Amino acid sequence: MIELADFLVLGAILFALGMAGIFLNRKNAIVLLMSIELILLAVNFNFIAFSTFMGDVAGQVFVFFILTVAAAEAAIGLAILVTLFRTSDSIDVADLDIMKG
Amino acid sequence: MIEKILFYVFAAILIFAATMVITARNPVHAALFLVLAFFNSAALWIIAGAEFLGIVLVLVYVGAVMVLFLFVVMMLDINLEKLREGFARHLAIGLPIAAIIVIQMILVVTTGAVSPGEMPDPAYPIPDPAETGNTTVIGGVLYTVYVYPFELAAVILLVAIIASIMLTLRRREGVKHQDVSEQVRVRKEDRLRIIRSMGPRGRDNNEQSGR
Repeated sequence: MIELADFLVLGAILFALGMAGIFLNRKNAIVLLMSIELILLAVNFNFIAFSTFMGDVAGQVFVFFILTVAAAEAAIGLAILVTLFRTSDSIDVADLDIMKG
Repeated sequence: MIEKILFYVFAAILIFAATMVITARNPVHAALFLVLAFFNSAALWIIAGAEFLGIVLVLVYVGAVMVLFLFVVMMLDINLEKLREGFARHLAIGLPIAAIIVIQMILVVTTGAVSPGEMPDPAYPIPDPAETGNTTVIGGVLYTVYVYPFELAAVILLVAIIASIMLTLRRREGVKHQDVSEQVRVRKEDRLRIIRSMGPRGRDNNEQSGR
């Protein structure tokens, strides 16, 4: 039988891979967005695992909302990426210094 | 037993796909490996009993979000060689940090700090899967208890639509286009000019026509 810890370990590995992806792909904002998707997936794994093993449907409803917000985030992120590429002809995060922050 | 074997197979493919997402040289390959990762996650969620969310993950993520990703990746003309600069240098920092995170989290979840027995009673319990389907259960809670968050999620999607359209909209110069409000606002004096003209034998044409 699958245990709760199996799902949690899988979520932890996915989260760490997403974190590593943010470290590794500093030059490529598209893969950066994909790493954020991986991290969100890891969070959803934890929610679903706890929902199943506690027998509570609220966790699955929350995953539903996370999916909605993540889709909105991806759409806006990619729109920002397209405008960034139009203005500076690059998707390097280091080139994002227009606002001098 | 077969469930556990399936879990490990899907989990192994999922971790392989996630690794390839962050290390792939070509962003198109990274996007396709992310599609593979989402498919295996959907299978794992279905194994865990969340069938509705598994299907939603395939439909929404693979069907919509990843197509959007692929569309943007292929639309932008990116220099692939420049993107790989500093990869090995960042690997030296990123890999140990990721390893530390994994080891710490595994230590936390496998030493018995979290176990289902010690958790509080469920607020909205899942009934027997043989009697009520997962979709029915989620629908019953989503449209009653969580109806305001559900509507808020719809508003968030609307905001995302408006924001992404406004961000990518641009006015090009020198393109012929209609301005409807200007067309409606126009008055007779702006467009029409009545002039007196003389006929061939010096007669006034306007008088001849009876005006």
